[in-house]
Amino acid sequence: MHDLIVIGGGPAGLAAALSAWENGIRDIVIVERDKELGGILNQCIHNGFGLHYFKEELTGPEYASRFIDMLNDTSVKVKLDTMVLELTPDKELHIVSSASGYEILKAKAVILAMGCRERTRGAIGIPGTRPSGIFTAGAAQRYVNMEGYLVGKKVVILGSGDIGLIMARRLTLEGAEVLACVEIMPYPGGLTRNIVQCLQDFNIPLYLSHTITKIHGSPRVEGVTIAKVDGQRKPVPGTEQYLECDTVLLSVGLIPENELSRKAGIEIDRRTGGPVVYENLETSVEGIFACGNVVHVHDLVDYVTNESLKAGKSAAEYILNFNDPTGNSVSPEHSDISDIRLVNGVGVSYTVPQLIRIPKNLMVNSSLSISDPDIELSDQLQDVEVFFRVNRKFGRSRIGVSLAGNELARFRRERLAPGEMEKIRLPKSLLMKCLQLGLSEIEIYAVDEMTGQASADNANETKITAVSQDSARRIQIIRQDR
Amino acid sequence: MTELICIVCPRGCHLQVDPENGCRVRGNQCPRGETYGRDELINPTRMITSTVRIKGAMYPRCPVKTSAPIPKHLISEAMKALDGITLNAPVKCGQVVVENVCGTGVSFITTRDMQQL
Amino acid sequence: MKKTYDVAIIGCGIVGAAMAYELSKYELDVVVVEKENDVCCGATKANSAIIHAGFDPLPGTLMAKLNVMGSRMAKEISQALDVPYKQIGSLVLAFDEDDLKTLDVLYERGLLNSVPGLRLLDRDEVLQMEPEISPNVAGALCAPTAGIINPWEYGIALAETAVRNGVELRLSSEVLSIGQDDENWRITTKSGDVHARYIVNAAGVNSDIIHNMTAEPSFSIRPSKGEYFLLDKSEGSRVKHVIFQCPSKTTKGVLVSPTVHGNLIVGPNAVPSERYDVSNTSDGLDYVRSAAMRSVPSISFRDNIRNFAGIRANSDNDDFIIGISAPRFLDLAGIKSPGLTAAPAIAVYAAELLQNEGLALSRKSDWIGTRKKVRFSELSVEEKNRLISENPAYGRVICRCETVTEGEIIDALHSPIPARSIDGVKRRTGSGMGRCQGGFCGPRILEIMSRELGIDPSEIIQDREGSYILTGQTKKERC
Repeated sequence: MHDLIVIGGGPAGLAAALSAWENGIRDIVIVERDKELGGILNQCIHNGFGLHYFKEELTGPEYASRFIDMLNDTSVKVKLDTMVLELTPDKELHIVSSASGYEILKAKAVILAMGCRERTRGAIGIPGTRPSGIFTAGAAQRYVNMEGYLVGKKVVILGSGDIGLIMARRLTLEGAEVLACVEIMPYPGGLTRNIVQCLQDFNIPLYLSHTITKIHGSPRVEGVTIAKVDGQRKPVPGTEQYLECDTVLLSVGLIPENELSRKAGIEIDRRTGGPVVYENLETSVEGIFACGNVVHVHDLVDYVTNESLKAGKSAAEYILNFNDPTGNSVSPEHSDISDIRLVNGVGVSYTVPQLIRIPKNLMVNSSLSISDPDIELSDQLQDVEVFFRVNRKFGRSRIGVSLAGNELARFRRERLAPGEMEKIRLPKSLLMKCLQLGLSEIEIYAVDEMTGQASADNANETKITAVSQDSARRIQIIRQDR
Repeated sequence: MTELICIVCPRGCHLQVDPENGCRVRGNQCPRGETYGRDELINPTRMITSTVRIKGAMYPRCPVKTSAPIPKHLISEAMKALDGITLNAPVKCGQVVVENVCGTGVSFITTRDMQQL
Repeated sequence: MKKTYDVAIIGCGIVGAAMAYELSKYELDVVVVEKENDVCCGATKANSAIIHAGFDPLPGTLMAKLNVMGSRMAKEISQALDVPYKQIGSLVLAFDEDDLKTLDVLYERGLLNSVPGLRLLDRDEVLQMEPEISPNVAGALCAPTAGIINPWEYGIALAETAVRNGVELRLSSEVLSIGQDDENWRITTKSGDVHARYIVNAAGVNSDIIHNMTAEPSFSIRPSKGEYFLLDKSEGSRVKHVIFQCPSKTTKGVLVSPTVHGNLIVGPNAVPSERYDVSNTSDGLDYVRSAAMRSVPSISFRDNIRNFAGIRANSDNDDFIIGISAPRFLDLAGIKSPGLTAAPAIAVYAAELLQNEGLALSRKSDWIGTRKKVRFSELSVEEKNRLISENPAYGRVICRCETVTEGEIIDALHSPIPARSIDGVKRRTGSGMGRCQGGFCGPRILEIMSRELGIDPSEIIQDREGSYILTGQTKKERC
């Protein structure tokens, strides 16, 4: 039996394994399906990684190699070219590889770090023919950056996720003509900086509140029909236009890859598509932790790293406790009655973690003296970082945290956008308050301070804020007028 | 007053740069934003990332980047400098591929190790 | 030197493949000419994938007889040829009094057609068997012999067996004209002339065009498009049976069924169409979605992984059109639903008709009637390990959604009818069928194909001829 098995050797798995190592675990195995470590970072050859974590700007391969180099100084074992076929709730892994055949490994703890996959045409159901020349942005990125092949000459990109934007620039630099980036929402899906440096720099028009209503051509793409959409995201008749192209790239979202998790009986959150996790990144199955894009899709790899370091540390604590059950570390046992559930209120589409576990020993005391202000909390409760995304664009706004309808904490933001992950820190005093009131839910929501509205999409906000005055003249931005 | 979005980091600060007033920058949340705002008006620059051919490695392309930002108007010329180059594995990260790209003094360097197969 | 075949079969969909399979049992020189670059590229690859029990066709028709017989044969053949098939039974749902009357009619028809095991169920029985079915259900007709199959693999297995037993297959050979040299037929195709004593017209949606090359026009094909959703495996156990709706005057209803791969298939509608128009429309898909929700309201369409459409080779004739229409020229035309089910029975019947037309049928002594292929994911741990130690390529999983290994992909590239496109590999191995729809494995399969076939990646195609994937290399080479 191994101490720890990490499934996936991308940014999440690398950081989680390193962190577990640094926290005293020595018997660690990373199982990676590809021929090398690094995961998707290997094909993300653009720069922009590491500003938070390394305080410098790195390309994807550079970011990965920092961690791979650190890992090479440890005794963490890596199984490359190995696929995990099954994970059981008692932490048995069925894996297969050319080198070692079919093996069953067992571990005290498992960290899920499988990342995510791309949404496909089927998931969004674009009508029309089914020719070749339709790629998810990530698949195209692999062909271009790693295999050295071009995927098309005249390209339309559906969706304005970051990979799509990055590929718009990349394909342009390699000589393709990117005709348009078409986004169904009234705001871009990717980071603002990518709108500027990937589209505006190359005069590629961004059509907001538009979608592809039909794909034409057989056996290869010959064109697409695009149309404006209304507030319900339905195409508006009469607004159709035809764009002749040989290639369509889809950048229409990422979905956490949780087949293994589901089969292991791990509870999945429909909102994130990832496992429901506690504040220590443990899933609903004891000793199975999760981090990175398998939990929720992150906007920056730096945040994946931070989350994964935390998961690695939590797994290490769990293993050390497992090895020495009489020790004083926090009990890993689940205790439903002491869980606090984070609820997403208006304006918020999900939170991670979804659950905060209250240590059992605290609960034992609390039944007698929870309202006693002298109770020693410092070791037993900690502030909890909560990540979330908003479900629309906000101007100057506040993030509210409430207990039973009473707002007990607020966090100011100049603006909020669905494309960017937000973070707040829930103080332990607030958790204590929750316990004292005998409540088990904390609600997090967003309120636009300008309008006072917490919901109801404001049509004027469809104006893209990313466009500088200069470039607004240069590029065509289609706004939705309602 | 020119409005810009800072692209230095993912925060995407909304900058106002005043060309009349020595390109004074407002709206930045860090000093790098000030530099970006001023440069963007006077001499906009960009990092370029791309690939070059490589023989004997796990993949037929090796990723590269400019060692520093280069003037924006030189992007397509700089890309041409990568055509016709073929590296031979092994290469180390940071190895110079093209020196003094378009007379900028900036080099294209590799951004990963690639072992020889 | 001109070779004259005994029989030329035009078209290698399920009917042509079954015909080739049947004739391969006899001492005959048989050739199959196919328009596309692979077999089973028309209706056979885009349909409901159902083996019908046989209560639907009118008693006394060819359709009724061949359906019931074909349903039985499908079970035997899929076992012998290692084709995924499951006899899961079907339910026809009734929602009102009219529907219940229709069920009685179908039940009576089924008895006359000798469909075994038919039962009429009341509402409670239906909901007990299928809890996800709408509570508005009033009753159902249960046909336990109905099944689900992988239709293109069925066709490929039949065609492969034919090829292994000496039948020649000419792909990318669209028939341009048919004439006569002396006593024999001369079929002019895009890849050259083929000479044969007998012709079997199994050209599916084009069978009227082929018929009219040799005989007086006597029927016409009225292509009808059906659109589908294919949902993720997470929806695959939403129902356990093939769930039909009652046919009414206006519609045949939309079905909901598990597939042999474990997905859920939902469809089709029925819209008159062009012969090759397999595009999806938002109206069509909206219709299918809402019609299916009538049967199973809980279907999660957000788990859709693929839409597709197929063309039914419907004709202006209610029954299958099977018969000699010119000397030594046999039509197998207008083979609409339940054509997939009936195909092997059609072939047996057709062989009799050819024999009556003078074709001598003498059994081969060395005919191979079995087929076995490696399906890695279905093997035991011991079998997996044995296989990997013999050939490490079976240890490398390429398609993560469907657990398809490099070994299986290489098998498909060197099988009796080798795959020559990414979708050809998909039809033989299931790679790219899953929720990521080839996003992950596509580039890897392309790499394997390029290596195994010794051709440049930019020459690899997705599916039909001209469906190129890559448009060249990045970075010019130094001259």
